[in-house]
Amino acid sequence: MTEGRLKIRVIADRCQGHNRCRLTAPTLFQVDKFGNAQAAGDGTVPPDMAEKAKLAVANCPEFAVELYRE
Amino acid sequence: MAPRKPVTDWAADWDHLDPAWKENPFPIWDDLRARCPIAHTDRYNGAYLPTRYKDVQAIANDTQSFSSRRVVIRETYVEGLVGAPPITSDPPEHKPFKQLLLPAFTAEAVEKLAPSTRASCNQLIDSFIAKGRCDAAQDYAKFIPIRVIAKMLGIPDADNDKFIRWIYLALEAGITDPEALKTADAEMSAYFAGHVAKCLQNPSDNLISYLLTVKLNDQPLTPRDMQGILRLLLVAGIDTTWSAIGASLWHLAGNPADRDRLIAEPGLMAAAVEEFLRAFSPVTMAREVVKDTTVGGCPVKAGNMLLLSFPAANRDPTMFKDADKVVLDRQPNRHSAFGLGIHRCIGSNLARMEITVALEEWLKRIPKFALDGAVGWSDGTVRGPRKLPVRFPA
Repeated sequence: MTEGRLKIRVIADRCQGHNRCRLTAPTLFQVDKFGNAQAAGDGTVPPDMAEKAKLAVANCPEFAVELYRE
Repeated sequence: MAPRKPVTDWAADWDHLDPAWKENPFPIWDDLRARCPIAHTDRYNGAYLPTRYKDVQAIANDTQSFSSRRVVIRETYVEGLVGAPPITSDPPEHKPFKQLLLPAFTAEAVEKLAPSTRASCNQLIDSFIAKGRCDAAQDYAKFIPIRVIAKMLGIPDADNDKFIRWIYLALEAGITDPEALKTADAEMSAYFAGHVAKCLQNPSDNLISYLLTVKLNDQPLTPRDMQGILRLLLVAGIDTTWSAIGASLWHLAGNPADRDRLIAEPGLMAAAVEEFLRAFSPVTMAREVVKDTTVGGCPVKAGNMLLLSFPAANRDPTMFKDADKVVLDRQPNRHSAFGLGIHRCIGSNLARMEITVALEEWLKRIPKFALDGAVGWSDGTVRGPRKLPVRFPA
């Protein structure tokens, strides 16, 4: 398999601080004092969190969360 | 409210004060979405009504064409009143205003208010549980956000009749009666001037005292900006969450299967709260069209107002399967109940906490309840039950 690790990221200029990503997958995101989210750590999604990560993407009202492989 | 000319064509003459809309707006939006997704009315000096998710989203993100200078549709606009920044601000003024307030409304900050909110819910339930009936809107839902926001601002919750009167005058009566709006404006200004003076003398751990210390573009807040922020927090903090708690209880009163499931599976609560927010989104904001443009292929003309219906967007079947059904464990649920774009509701974490605590405590103490008479809904752009009689085993 040449496929890389599953990672998650938040597109900063789309995020408006709804907090839905952190509510959906608390361990994958951190939020600053203005409510804006970013991926926790280096954004790696552990295999057992893959489903939650997909939901975090699908729940974001601003379409600001993305999954990618690296 | 004076009798109004009944609506005969929702696509060309819509009216959100029409009794049919007030009672049940969902079929009206479904019909318009299918045949005229950007409806218009000559009422209110000209106003549009988008009902599709993608159009609402595009408008919310186009602050160049759609200004937030006026966020309530009215028959007459009164100039010179205090605004309600940052909700009534456009870029570039909007962001610095909003950043002053955001840190007070993070999930961590509002979680600290959960224990007192829980105690407050139980105190309210104590006051009516022995009677076996109550008005869940007037005796319960209403007081939960009042107490929370009064505590945050450092104003007495015993003034709740005043708060409710101002909200009614500004957001319901004030749609058609400019005098009602002026009265609310003058009374709120006098009220908050007194509390600001008190906090200047004796600063304490509340938002007014905090706002007296902050700098906006290197200057202290002007008295006018302070007044604007305080009325925003009071008005927007109360009737919105009151409506969301009331609509959720209304649904559970009429749908015992959902009620029993939520009691049996308390882990569903977080998803259920998001679903209640989607299905019964209380808040519709307005925009002023300031540039001729097109939305979803329809031309919209500067000078008109526009009702930015997040509630209609949240019922769009192209975005949500079974959009007209309440599905407690709906996943995913990309709802826009707290708005989209830069004006995302600053109190979204607070509202979530209040709704969650209010429903949890109610269901613990009153697991069986049913409607006990006619329900009355609010007028205007914040929709929720204002009369919600329920009965339960005493």
